[in-house]
Amino acid sequence: MSEKTNGVITMVNGPVVRASGLSRFAMRELVRVGDLGLTGEILQMDGDDGVIQVYEDTTGIKLGEPVVGLGRPLSVCLGPGLMGHIIDGIGRPLDRLMEAEGGFLSRGTKLDPIDMEHVWEVTPLCKTGDVVSEGMQLASIKETELIENRVIVPRGVSGEVESIVAEGYYKTTDVVARVKGIDGRVTPVMMFHYWPVRSPRPYKERLLPNEPLITGQRVIDGLFPISKGGVAAIPGGFGTGKTVTQHQLAKWSDAKVVVYIGCGERGNEMTQVLEEFPSLEDPYSKKPLMERTILIANTSNMPVAAREASIYTGITIAEYYRDMGYDVAMMADSTSRWAEALRELSGRLGDIPAEEGFPAYLATRLAEFYERAGKVRTLGDKTASISVIGAVSPPGGDFTEPMTRHTKRFIRCFWALDASLAHARHFPAISWMDSYSEYASEVEDWYHEHVDPTWASLRNETRAILAEDDTVQQTIRLMGEDVLPDSQRLIALTASLLKNAYLQQNSFSDDSFCPPEKGVTIMKMILDFHNQAKKLVSEGCPLSLIRKMNELIELTHVREMSADNKSGFESLSKRISERLAKIGSERLASADGEVA
Amino acid sequence: MAFVEYTGIEKINGPIVMLKGVEGIGYDEVVEVIPDGKDPDSKPRLGRAIMISNDAIMVQVFAGTEGLIPAVSSARFLGHPLEITLSPSILGRTFDGLGRPLDGSGPVYSDIKRNINGSPMNPMARVYPRDFINTGFSSIDVLMTLIRGQKLPIFSGNGLPHNQLAIQIASQARLVGDENFAVVFAGVGIKHDDAAAFSAALSSRGTNLVLFQNLADDPVIERIATPRYALTAAEYLAFDLGMHVLVIITDITSYCEALRELSVSRGEIPSRKGYPSYLYSDLASLYERAGVLKDKKGSITFLPILTMPNDDITNPVPDQTGFITEGQIVLSRELDARGIYPPIDPLPSLSRLMKDGIGKGYTREDHPSVSSQLFACYSRVQEVKALAEVVGADELGDDDKAYLAFGETFEKTYVTQAKDENRDIAQSLDMSWRLLASLPVTALTRISMEDMEKYIKPNQDSEKQGGGVNKAAPAGK
Repeated sequence: MSEKTNGVITMVNGPVVRASGLSRFAMRELVRVGDLGLTGEILQMDGDDGVIQVYEDTTGIKLGEPVVGLGRPLSVCLGPGLMGHIIDGIGRPLDRLMEAEGGFLSRGTKLDPIDMEHVWEVTPLCKTGDVVSEGMQLASIKETELIENRVIVPRGVSGEVESIVAEGYYKTTDVVARVKGIDGRVTPVMMFHYWPVRSPRPYKERLLPNEPLITGQRVIDGLFPISKGGVAAIPGGFGTGKTVTQHQLAKWSDAKVVVYIGCGERGNEMTQVLEEFPSLEDPYSKKPLMERTILIANTSNMPVAAREASIYTGITIAEYYRDMGYDVAMMADSTSRWAEALRELSGRLGDIPAEEGFPAYLATRLAEFYERAGKVRTLGDKTASISVIGAVSPPGGDFTEPMTRHTKRFIRCFWALDASLAHARHFPAISWMDSYSEYASEVEDWYHEHVDPTWASLRNETRAILAEDDTVQQTIRLMGEDVLPDSQRLIALTASLLKNAYLQQNSFSDDSFCPPEKGVTIMKMILDFHNQAKKLVSEGCPLSLIRKMNELIELTHVREMSADNKSGFESLSKRISERLAKIGSERLASADGEVA
Repeated sequence: MAFVEYTGIEKINGPIVMLKGVEGIGYDEVVEVIPDGKDPDSKPRLGRAIMISNDAIMVQVFAGTEGLIPAVSSARFLGHPLEITLSPSILGRTFDGLGRPLDGSGPVYSDIKRNINGSPMNPMARVYPRDFINTGFSSIDVLMTLIRGQKLPIFSGNGLPHNQLAIQIASQARLVGDENFAVVFAGVGIKHDDAAAFSAALSSRGTNLVLFQNLADDPVIERIATPRYALTAAEYLAFDLGMHVLVIITDITSYCEALRELSVSRGEIPSRKGYPSYLYSDLASLYERAGVLKDKKGSITFLPILTMPNDDITNPVPDQTGFITEGQIVLSRELDARGIYPPIDPLPSLSRLMKDGIGKGYTREDHPSVSSQLFACYSRVQEVKALAEVVGADELGDDDKAYLAFGETFEKTYVTQAKDENRDIAQSLDMSWRLLASLPVTALTRISMEDMEKYIKPNQDSEKQGGGVNKAAPAGK
């Protein structure tokens, strides 16, 4: 397909442009709009006329200016050089844009997301004469210290390797291999290719997501776990900590590749990641976190149409790395901004609105997006996954609004952020009452094998105490604690230990990342205390005696202890149990004394 | 200058005028609508082309459309978007809502003309703000620290002292030498008295001040442009002249109402409470202009003020604002009624940037934990208060009584400050420890065992020796 130049602008209304002379253009074709050559996409066709969504600010665009078709849909250039970099919603490299234009973004720039001149270290993974098919790996490229990029056989190609480069250094644009098909046609394979962002990349089959994505956050790993290949939503009003939680997950989750999308959010948040990640160490590989992270930034003041595209650009890049066999985690902050961009564009297109002005196809689009996550066997026969964690920003913190409601239909893990927890600076402010995870039962076996054989029962016991505490707290709010029997006051005490020592986590201390073993240890200590104390209370020992014990202060602060300090945990656990035994026997002795 | 001019208006609807479509008109271009094209004295009204097509051109007229006669009115297209002329001489000047001088000192002459819409900052070019600003308010400095380059709105209500607070912050918050510090103030739909008060209070303290005023009785649609003029001027002062600029814009609610009015006139599908669906994007295009850039000396710190309709924080204006800005300072009517100034309610207030701008190397190492503990305790105070209302304060346990006393002291001596009281951060932090020392040790779950020894013990000891909360007892030094 070659460039077509017949289009003429007939209307401009913000990011929506109408043009005539488009009869030979394709639906969803990528176009250059106006003398500035702004990037756009055709959304509607009506005879000779078409409606174009423009990804850049249209100020100054005049009637009568040309529209040029590029002959392909909105695509992202996939190749080595994405890792560790930051691109905008339609795949332009923000780092190289800054070098070219300075601190403010200008319009009409056409730069590929990857540096075509860069020279890479390439290692062949096949030899001449090998029979290969779609998705199989041909060569390996050292993209960063952490990530080996793979050159894979392109879509629809199979046959015999006719030539492959020797180990050495090659430019991004060099041909790495040639594959000769059965029909004799030779396909040159390069390090990069374009992929239309709205089409999911194919895989062989879907697998059950039964391995947890370890996040290092106790409330998630211990109570509401997510699988590798799972989908989760974090809804919360402003100031409840969506972004901090997303950052925590991007930092500490045990995915091999992290794609972080700042979709319609604050510029400084992206800057923070850019400044912080290169100096933070990945807890698993001990290499800088930036070596495994790709940032996509379409901040709230960047053009709204590109915000709509950024989610697709992100998931396409995630699929690209999945196809190399990596476990990818993608954070989308925030999906509500994407939905609002959809609403704004649909309004300008004159669609009839459904709920709260959102277009009727909102749910369909959401489903399409979330279904691109999952654990799969790739075409190259690797097991790989994409986990998606989407922040949702309900207006007024109201979870019944359309976006939160629809999201709940397509995700399986719901981390509800609670404003009152956030106000008390209890972080992460994930509500233990409103959240849920459908993956808990699927990852049980993994936890039993790798962490602790009692994980599931500990989890259930903890949740039961927290649920009971919820009712107890209602009584306390009405009548005060003094009216309650000791057994219920013990529930409140244990729950407060759980809230302070287990559920809260300070993201600015060493406790920021908590290995699952440490989490389980803390949970066990608190539950052991609870069960022992419960027994004493049932034997008539007043709770006030138990409450006075000094070890409780230490237990409240137990999360400050380093995960490596095994003997520290053991010693505290032992002292608590001894103290309780002592309280019990003293009490018994004095009771005997009274009887005597 | 080459421009397109033609006569005749097709249709007028509210602030919007429809003209016949002509080629060569650019989207968002400035239009001068002349009420009587034949009369050379007829005063042109400024507008901009908000939709252009071959059939019609939609022009939004800032001054309103009253008195326009379709048959004789004419329009002139100037070929560029709305611009502001900038030079160092804007310091000390007063402009109207569309950037025209109001102080009688004549126009600004310069070759530097900037599009008031600005361009988005490349996130790559930003510097993450970390420099602490000592506002002199304990509640702000310890609990919701303002950082240079931050956008931190004041959520207020009608009748609350938000203007007083903003003025006091502006006059106390100078980090660097005075000549490098400037305040850009934009009044959007504000009362004459408020504008005069601002102008008098700040200029009398010798601050470099640029004033933009769209008063309550000025044309409503003008308000859409006023904040943009102010922010473009601020960008010039910060990034061309290297100044540290504090931008105060009040009242954002008036701005949003103007936006709603325009949107309704255009026949757009409304979103929540009749506001347009692009309210979020539009507000972001203002708020996101705050920041610090690599390779530039200056900075823009942005304090927008908004009055929450009916004190409702879930109203779209504060709600959408909170999603974009880096926190918020919330004023409480209840505290105000009890005579507490500034009536800052710490619990819903927040500074998102403080976590990276406080602590060791920034303010003081104990700052993060002390602020987290104050939040936790004050939040508990609310629960105890609610309980006390039901069972009566006398029925409370000893711990709960300690909380009530803590809450009282916190509000009366910590949050409360005189209208000229400027507290140093060290002073505020020491006060915090003395407050916390009045609570039982078991309540202090956010303080590490180490800090407990270092800060709480000495304070408790001094209390035993008769040193109360209000008496100076240096802690942790």
